[in-house]
Amino acid sequence: MPNPSHRANTPGTMLQKAPTGITGLDEITSGGLPKGRPTLVCGSAGCGKTMFAMEFLVRGILEFGEPGIFIAFEETPEDLAKNVASLGFNLAELEEQGGLIVEYIHIDKNEITVSGAFDLEGLFLNLQACINSVGAKRIAIDTLEILFGGFEDQSLLRREIRRLFLWLKSRGLSAVITAERGDGTLTRQGLEEYVSDCVIMLDHRVNDQVSTRRLRVVKYRGSTHGTSEYPFLIDEGGISVLPISSVGLDHPASNERISTGIARLDAMMEGKGYFRGSSILVSGTAGSGKTSIANFFADAACRRGEKCLFMAFEESPAQIKRNMGSLGLDLEKWVSRGLLTFHASRPSIYGLEMHLVKIHKLVRDLKPEVIVIDPVSNLTGMGTVSDVNGMLVRLIDFLKSEGITAMFTSLTPGTQSSPEATEVGISSLIDTWLLVRDIESNGERNRGMFVIKSRGMPHSNQIREFVLTDKGLDLLDVYAGPQGLVTGSARLSVEAREKAAGKYFQAEIDNRKTQLERKRKSLEAKWALLQAEFAVEEEETTRFIARKTAEQDAFKEDAKVMAKYRKSDPIPAFAVNGHEEG
Amino acid sequence: MEYASTETPAAAGQNDDIFLLKLYVAGQTPRSVAAIENLNKICEVHLRGRYKLEVVDLARNPNQARTDKILAIPTLVRSLPTPIMRIIGDLSDEDQVLMGLNIRRL
Repeated sequence: MPNPSHRANTPGTMLQKAPTGITGLDEITSGGLPKGRPTLVCGSAGCGKTMFAMEFLVRGILEFGEPGIFIAFEETPEDLAKNVASLGFNLAELEEQGGLIVEYIHIDKNEITVSGAFDLEGLFLNLQACINSVGAKRIAIDTLEILFGGFEDQSLLRREIRRLFLWLKSRGLSAVITAERGDGTLTRQGLEEYVSDCVIMLDHRVNDQVSTRRLRVVKYRGSTHGTSEYPFLIDEGGISVLPISSVGLDHPASNERISTGIARLDAMMEGKGYFRGSSILVSGTAGSGKTSIANFFADAACRRGEKCLFMAFEESPAQIKRNMGSLGLDLEKWVSRGLLTFHASRPSIYGLEMHLVKIHKLVRDLKPEVIVIDPVSNLTGMGTVSDVNGMLVRLIDFLKSEGITAMFTSLTPGTQSSPEATEVGISSLIDTWLLVRDIESNGERNRGMFVIKSRGMPHSNQIREFVLTDKGLDLLDVYAGPQGLVTGSARLSVEAREKAAGKYFQAEIDNRKTQLERKRKSLEAKWALLQAEFAVEEEETTRFIARKTAEQDAFKEDAKVMAKYRKSDPIPAFAVNGHEEG
Repeated sequence: MEYASTETPAAAGQNDDIFLLKLYVAGQTPRSVAAIENLNKICEVHLRGRYKLEVVDLARNPNQARTDKILAIPTLVRSLPTPIMRIIGDLSDEDQVLMGLNIRRL
């Protein structure tokens, strides 16, 4: 058809897309379904075709302002309205506002007699009337099989299917046509997929008694698209498809630090705790206190006024709250304030991917700052090692890209020589890894904890004893002696012994001090005695000198007096001794 | 109960019943033209004087396809006598038309 108006679609111009608004699907199809062209959605019964078609229309109306019509051959408008009300869609309201028409066409082969040749021009006129009345840009036809099941003529059927697709295309409608899956083929007629510009297959499979919904874009003319099978979920918010491909390693890294909720553990990491947006693994054997560590972390987040999502795969929220109450944590307070959200489910309730989709959804809805998955190891029973690793990579990538700090707890089986070995799969994705292990000695089992790694920060390399009390968690120094690590009551006895030894030591010091003091005192006494003796001697000597001097003076005076009496010549000074006379 | 009413003396009632027929076509296609011709022939033979036929051209009034829930073209609808009967096709198979209209061959 050389139509000048179609020139726009020459190479170079991108194929226009009609966004579906379905979470995740627009990412896989890089923008949505082909605009103005028919898309076939095929799958077996109960795989979500009708929901898909309806969500495409409703989101088209609500989010993209494109009116739509829903041609129902299968369900009555009343049933449809009820069914999709569970997705939060109010069809009656949309119809009142004039954006939607739900047209139910009843077909019963038994009520119709065929006489001669016919075509389905009436259907096209019918559709045209609906399109005109709301100016529809989107249309959903549910399902092809019911429509053509009403007619036996196979050649007519094939001709009219082809005509229908071409007709929709010529009207420029973004159409979703649902069809049953054929036996071993994509569709019943083996024709629908060729006349559609895009084919999406929905699947509902059961593996190991666990069912998972999956979606695959089988073909998409003129566009790139993800080719994998993507798990999807239908819940109260509609369909969520999970793109498997990871976002890539370009998430931002925060320098902010957040408390672990345990003061001593913060201290082991520069006194600041974990990095915001990092992923933390707490691994350990059964009963080693992993859940408690996780809950203290959650509690710390709530104290800061942040939102925390707690995915409990092992215990019910009530049980967790009760158990944490015994450690002095009041979690109910945070739950009632809307800061803490528990989401408890059995891992086996659905497949691995569904858990991932569920977590995605909860994260998008709640926008938590902190998420706890307790325990992540329960999910590993759900698939092969590579499946689980793949899922965790995606999960961690996703949480990191959202800047959410995530804590995973993981149960390591038994007391192995190397408890790290079991975690190899995800350890490389983890930023901070705490290991809680049992230390068995002297007929006791105690808990030891250490930081195996913590990227981007210096952290203590010491093992701490980890104790649970009614006042909370605490970490204590572990005694390392000749017998190895000493914990529990052995630690207490060592402490007592050391205390006694300390006392003895102090006494000896005191003793020595006293001895020294005594010695000093005795020396001082001796010193005083000598000083006293000296003083006496000094005094005697002084007195002696004074007496002798006085005697000398007296003698000289006497000589003078005698000379005066004898009237003698003045005696020369030197003659006094009489040596010059003679 | 309905079964019983259709079984009531057909021969006696047959002359009293008025057949209200509507034939839906879309434009002057060969098939539509054939259907009109075929129906006229059958009615003249089997329902002379006791039928009312209306031909609706949906090409002129597409909305009626919606309100009257018409899918196939041509469609013949017998709205009276009840129950409502539908026959689709160009009505070339007379036996099928008579069966669809619940008319006994004369």
